Amino acid sequence: MIDALLDLLSGLSLLAGVAFAVIGGVGLLRMPDFYTRLHAASITDTLGVGLIVLGLILQAGWTLVTVKLLLILAFLWFTGPVATHALARAALADPDQPDPLLHREPPPSKP
Amino acid sequence: MFVAAALGALVCMILAMARAVLGPTVYDRIMAVNSFGTLTVLLIAVLGFVSGRPDFLDIALVYAFISFIGTIAVLKFIRYGDMGWPGNIAEEPQDDL
Amino acid sequence: MLHALLLWVFCFGLWLLLSGYFDAPLLLAFGALSCALVVFVGWRAEVIDPEEKPLRLRLNPSFIAYWPWLLWQIVLANLDVAKRIIDPKLPISPTLITLKPSQRGDLGRVIYANSITLTPGTVTTALKGDTLQVHALTREGADALLEGDMDRRVSRLEGGG
Repeated sequence: MIDALLDLLSGLSLLAGVAFAVIGGVGLLRMPDFYTRLHAASITDTLGVGLIVLGLILQAGWTLVTVKLLLILAFLWFTGPVATHALARAALADPDQPDPLLHREPPPSKP
Repeated sequence: MFVAAALGALVCMILAMARAVLGPTVYDRIMAVNSFGTLTVLLIAVLGFVSGRPDFLDIALVYAFISFIGTIAVLKFIRYGDMGWPGNIAEEPQDDL
Repeated sequence: MLHALLLWVFCFGLWLLLSGYFDAPLLLAFGALSCALVVFVGWRAEVIDPEEKPLRLRLNPSFIAYWPWLLWQIVLANLDVAKRIIDPKLPISPTLITLKPSQRGDLGRVIYANSITLTPGTVTTALKGDTLQVHALTREGADALLEGDMDRRVSRLEGGG
């Protein structure tokens, strides 16, 4: 009974995680400029990763596998923001990059 | 269920790869490759469960390390044009804050 | 010295958890040796953290209460950004704002900046001295940051004295 419940929960968690990861990927393609794409990528990096690892943890139970999964989760959640910040900072410092506020709402009227 | 998760991760990897190919700036490509690396870690972990061999998680962990360090190294190279620059000597590039 | 010892204990604990060998003396000795080698290389490279107090953050109630709150904020922000991505009109309004964080220590500021970046929809683009530059996907996200709820929580987490 408990096993079936855990299976169900882990399946749901995996599916939700994959859904978030794919939404992040779609956002990566749909967003108009680099800075907004960063936000889409961070969906994949947070909830996508978190829910998929949670689903795997529910399957693994109380073993060393869970410890490894938690290490992977912690590592990805620590390095994700660092990489994002490094990217944003490098892009802002680059004079060739377009203005980060290029696509604000309402859209600028084209001449 | 694991197979579905692996397929989803693959789809997402294709999307990230498309962004890496489309560009247009170098930072878009680095960001896409970084996302691709994160998804690869997930894919390896899920594949370990598909094949019933949790040893794959060690590989996933090491891949996470390498992917992160690779991203930072490429960014450093793009920004300073030099991997060996220690970053704390004179003439630090100016950030406009 | 204390830092080196703590680093060794940490490394060896990690080694034990990752390897899963608990009752093979030879392998345990190899593990201990390799951890000692890591500490030695770290000492030679002068990267062992020279900070005076290893654990600056005391375990006060707000420290424990912060992480579930942050997790919940991340979930909410994820849902919000995901909705905006799926929306055919793509309702975004990128904004660049400057914040003055109220934390005193570097660690508190880094936790604050990392929390901002970890939450989808807002990215810290620069942290210099006591100013933070934040790029937000929507004006609402920027306004929520300017309100300063997260800032106050991180400040409380630093400990009240």
